[in-house]
Formats: sequence, C-alpha cells, structure tokens
Amino acid sequence: MSTLAIDKAGPSRKVKLRSMSRDRTWALRWSYFFLVLFAIFFLVPPIYMVITSLKSSAEISAATNPWWVFHPTLSNYVELLTSNQFLRFFWNSSMISIVVVIVTMLISIPAAFALARMKFWGSATLATGVFLTYLIPDSLLFIPLFKMLAVVQDVTGITLLNRWYVLVFIYPTLTVPFCTWIMIGYFASIPKELDEAALIDGASWLQTLTRIFIPVALPGLIAATIFAFTVSWAQFLYPLVFTTSIDQLVLPVGITTTLIKGDVFNWGQIMTGALLGAAPPLVIYAFLMDYYIAGLTAGATKG
Amino acid sequence: MLGRKSTVAFFLTLPLILLIALLVLYPAFYSVYLATLNKAMTKFVGFSNFTFLFKRETFWMVVRQSCIFAITAVFFKALIGFIVAHFVHNIPGKKQRKWRGMLLVPWVIPPAMSTLAWLWLFDPSYSAFNYTLSFFGVGPIPWLGDTFWARFSVILVNVWYGAPFFLIMYLAALKSVPDQLYEAASIDGANWWQKIWHITLPMMRNIIAITTLFSLIVTFANFDIVRILTSGGPLDTTHLFATWAFQVGIQSSDIPLGACVSLFMVPILAVAAIFILRDVNKRGNEA
Repeated sequence: MSTLAIDKAGPSRKVKLRSMSRDRTWALRWSYFFLVLFAIFFLVPPIYMVITSLKSSAEISAATNPWWVFHPTLSNYVELLTSNQFLRFFWNSSMISIVVVIVTMLISIPAAFALARMKFWGSATLATGVFLTYLIPDSLLFIPLFKMLAVVQDVTGITLLNRWYVLVFIYPTLTVPFCTWIMIGYFASIPKELDEAALIDGASWLQTLTRIFIPVALPGLIAATIFAFTVSWAQFLYPLVFTTSIDQLVLPVGITTTLIKGDVFNWGQIMTGALLGAAPPLVIYAFLMDYYIAGLTAGATKG
Repeated sequence: MLGRKSTVAFFLTLPLILLIALLVLYPAFYSVYLATLNKAMTKFVGFSNFTFLFKRETFWMVVRQSCIFAITAVFFKALIGFIVAHFVHNIPGKKQRKWRGMLLVPWVIPPAMSTLAWLWLFDPSYSAFNYTLSFFGVGPIPWLGDTFWARFSVILVNVWYGAPFFLIMYLAALKSVPDQLYEAASIDGANWWQKIWHITLPMMRNIIAITTLFSLIVTFANFDIVRILTSGGPLDTTHLFATWAFQVGIQSSDIPLGACVSLFMVPILAVAAIFILRDVNKRGNEA
C-alpha cells in the first residue's frame, strides 16, 4: 500500500514542479515584453533629445525621418559650450546648487541631531512641523516671497530681485525640511549605546556628532546631499519669478526663455541645452544610484 | 546639565527654526494678507478678491482643470507604477538593477528640461509622434492646439515624469512582502489576482496611501510642465492654480489676486497633508 502511494505521489509532484517552473518562465517572458514597452515610453523623450541635438537646423527643417540622424554633427554642442551666455547659466546653476547643498547640510545636520537625540520641549512638534513644511509646495509661496523681496529691497536699499544669489537663501526652504526629516531617521537608527559610550569617555556633543553620527550615517548624508543638489538644480519656478536679466538666469530658465525666441525655435540647440542641463543630475544618478534611490524611498519609510 | 542640554539643542535647531519661520511661515501668512489688498496694494479690500474670482468663469475652469489634472495623473501614475513594479520585481537579481535604473530616468531629468523634449515631440509641424502615427493612417493630432488634446498632453507628460517615483516606492514595498505568504497562497490554490488582492495590496496599503497623497500634493501644485508645454492655453483651458497664479500675479502684476488664486490650493493640500501625517505617525508607532 505504502509503495503504491509513493509511486503515485512521485510523478504528480514532478509534473506540478515542471508546470510551476514553466509558469515562471512565461511570467518572466511577459515581464520582459511589457518592460520593453514601458522602457520605450519612459526613454523616448531623452533619446529624442539626443537625436535632435545631433542634427543641424537644416536637417531638422527638412523634415526627414525625425527618429534618425542622417548627417550627425556636434555643432550644437560646440556652439552652446562656447557661448558665454550658456556658460553663464551653467555657472549660475552650479554655484547656486553647490552653495545650497552646503547651507542645507549646515542647517539640517545639527537640527536632525538635536531632534533625533536630545528630547527637549517642543522637539516632537518641531519634527512634525519640519515634515509639514516639506509638503508646502513652491507654487504656494512664490508670490508672497516675491513681494517680500521687493519690500526688503525698498526698505534696505539692497538689490534682491533679479540677483541669482538671492536664490541661495530661498532654495533651502525646499531642501532643508526633507533633508532634516531623513537625517532624523538615519540618526535615530544609530544605537544609543554608541553615543552614550562616547559621552562617558568625555566626548562633547559636537564630538559625538562629528566623530560618530556623521560617519555612521554617511549613506543618509550622501542621499540628502544628492536630494538637495538635484532639487536646486531642477528648480524652475523661483528663478523664473525672481530673476529676469540674462546674466542672472539659471540653466532651466535660461534655456526656456533665451533659446525660444518668439516663433523661431532652434530645436537642435534647445535639445542640446536641455540635455546638458539634465546631465549633472543624470551623471550623479548613474554613479550613486543606490544612494539616490535610498533618499527617494527614505521620505516615506524612515522617521 | 539638563538645562545646558536643552540650550545646546535650541542652538542646534535655531537655524532651522529661523529658516522655516522667516521663509515659509511668514510668507504663508503674508500671502493671506496680500490677498486682501487691492491691485495697487494700497488699501484693504477684505474678501473682494475672492468674490471677484468666484464670478470669473476662468477661475472655475482652473478649479475643475486642476482637479481633473491631479486626479487623473495621480491615478495613472499609481497604476503604471504598480504594474511596472510587478514586472521589475519578476526580473532576477542583477538584471533587475539595470531595469530599475533605466526606468527611473524620467524622474531624474529636471522636469523643465524633459518637458522641452515633449514640447518638441508635440511640435505642430514637426511632431515626431504625428510622423510615426501617419504610417498608421492616424492624425495629424493637434497635441497642444486643441483643448482636449492639450489636457491629455499635460497629463501624459506628468504621468511620464511621476510614474517612475511610484515604481520605485512600490518596488521597495514589494520587496518587503515575505515570499512565504505567496507560497502559502499558491498551495491553497490562489490565482494571481487573489494574491494581489489579498496579499500584495493589504501589505502595501500604507506605502500606496503615502505615495498617492504625496503625489497628489505635488501634482496639484504642479507648475513646470503646464507652464512650458501650453502656458495655460489654448484659451486658458489647461491652466492649473500655480500657472494661473503666475500669470495673474507676476505677468499681469496683480499680486493680491495671484496670492488669492494660489491660496485656493491650501484646503486640498491641507487635507492631503493631514492624512499623510496620520499615516507617517502610524508607521512611526509601528516601528
């Protein structure tokens, strides 16, 4: 009886296993099929940017197959990279983004340290407030900020409007809340024993921060830095409102306002400019993808 | 000792508090004040800016379009993100990393830059889409020239830009669902739909809720895409609160009215924010 039962169970089990693995193979094939479709949807615009950037104006206006480059040329790149105006945009964007990253870190790290480790009056409320601030969009504040800058400019006589460096003070409102929020999460995950041991050994608060918290939470710090940089680099509304002279513009605003002249669209150059403007975030992403994604998901999963 | 500790803490958080108070809270309240002034900002007019808006047809169109835009775009972002996350999740190991890296590209490119590429793809006379569609006997489609298509296009671009964010969030959530649950369900004879409905969705509920609410805020307050693609046109039919506030407040220099327009975003943002906060706190208590 028992041998019979085993004989029966044997083949049927094998069949089931094979069918399951066949199911998996098919699931995988379908996954690839649909992923290719979605990848096409996601990658068409950037690829089209590359295609157009390699075309001359003559080829674009000849309206040949738009998906193919018949006479590839780097003239758009040469033209933009030797144009003082474009380099000026690039320089403004770079300066602002780098300074904003530094300012953001100088504000976020100490605040996150205090909020994660020192329980003080109102610390929980402040942490919640920081998170809420992160949810306030730029499109809610650009009008009052514009008016505030105008008023301060009138009262003090310091030119604030139409100066790129003013953005260095404004952008941290977009970067600091999120960076503080994810740093609180990273700092809070550090075992308390670590800093207690340091305090017992006679380290000051500052030393525990620089010797223990910052090195241990370095992945979080990198994620926050990437976030601050990409947000500052991509910001479009504030510079569009606060700056107008060509030499004060940042890259996104510069490309959209100066390369598009009335009805004359020099698409080869616009696409080249857009591609060069997208390059810094893309390069950072290519090299630090894991940190980038960690920062992206940290907002909802940490804290 | 305790006193010293809280003094240190105060000084460590002081820059943060100052930043938020001066450049976020103050302008937020200042905006309410501005909204009660007349165009020249010389005298207090109470609610007349608000009542003026209520009487304008464009305003109601903006309200409607903002809601249509945000709800449709968030729905499709969530749906595409959810579907693609499953496909990526099926791909084994190293290859999965490559696919994930490739599919997140739209989120990494600054939206102002990628929208220019879309603007070019939608170009009235050189549209690469219309070129391709012409082989199937379709078109030419007036992507940005016709109200329906312009609304469709701005939503399409927003979905394209935002879906990868959902994809990444859902992928992270999918990885946290234990495989044993699916194995147990398979043994019990559950089909793929039952697995999604009874295992995946309940396990991911929190992430789905937070991501959706967060995206709802960002999408509702969107500026870049509509500004670059259509500037609100044709005939103001694609304006959102942000783009219309920009046009009224900055371009037509009616700052009080612009402030007034952008204030109408607050109720919806506040509701979404309250729900997010509730979920985030819940997560905090679970951990």
